[in-house]
Amino acid sequence: MKLKQVSEILHAKVLTKSPWEDNEIQSACGCDLMSDVLAFVKNQAMLLTGLVNPQVIRTAEMMDIKTIVFVRGKMPQAGVLELAEDMGITVMSTEYPMYIACGELYKNGLGGRGE
Amino acid sequence: MSEKAISLHYEIDGNNFTVAGQASSSIKKVLKQLGVAPEVIRKVAISMYEGEINTIIHGKGGVADVTISSESIIIVFKDNGPGIPDIEKAMQSGFSTASDEARELGFGAGMGLPNMKKYSDNMTIESEVGKGTTVTLTVNLQ
Ligand SMILES: Nc1ncnc2c1ncn2[C@@H]1O[C@H](COP(=O)(O)OP(=O)(O)OP(=O)(O)O)[C@@H](O)[C@H]1O
Ligand SMILES: [Mg+2]
Repeated sequence: MKLKQVSEILHAKVLTKSPWEDNEIQSACGCDLMSDVLAFVKNQAMLLTGLVNPQVIRTAEMMDIKTIVFVRGKMPQAGVLELAEDMGITVMSTEYPMYIACGELYKNGLGGRGE
Repeated sequence: MSEKAISLHYEIDGNNFTVAGQASSSIKKVLKQLGVAPEVIRKVAISMYEGEINTIIHGKGGVADVTISSESIIIVFKDNGPGIPDIEKAMQSGFSTASDEARELGFGAGMGLPNMKKYSDNMTIESEVGKGTTVTLTVNLQ
């Protein structure tokens, strides 16, 4: 799924500046436990999370996750977005809570497992 | 890759959570530059990042020494923190004594040590209560 479609489905606002519309994801994972992300997430997945600290970006970097969605309208502190930019990670924010955000994406054909 | 081993040393600040992960990030970049296989980089990145976080949230900070040779990548974390009273128990998935602060940041699932074991080719833990902990991770290059 293209990120443009993701942003439309989630009515999400993109917080980073680099080009993103045509970036593509194969799967997604909704998770607030960084160790779970480190243990289970497949390549090219998108991470949806309620956490907005720098460790989310670092965890994504370690896993080559290129897209992060902050749910429930959460906004990170200064520095977090800069770190994301440095890592070439696109960050967006949606007002939807985790369950709804994941449900909407799943309903629109985005699976949970990257092939 | 050249035959000579590369040694890198990192200080891991136990009080500044915002820089947690910098050592792992730096190693990941070095390995990429050296042209190490992506699967190997992934194993190192996951296990080293978990170790770095543990050194901060449990060990109260310490050092990491990384040796990259043509055979393997060896990562040694050393801290002078509280130590681990029961290593076998600490290795069990789900066991955690993480603080509320660490939990708020998304850690404390008790998955770090199991992840490190899973993603490294060898892991040893030496620990003495009241003295500190040394964790050694080896990831083979073949
Ligand atoms: N360097 C260390 N010094 C002291 N205790 C440690 C150290 N590393 C691990 N431990 C102990 O082992 C437990 C399990 O560690 P592990 O990394 O598996 O889980 P965690 O760090 O609590 O949570 P997670 O890694 O899932 O975020 C810790 O909660 C802690 O009690
Ligand atoms: Mg841990």
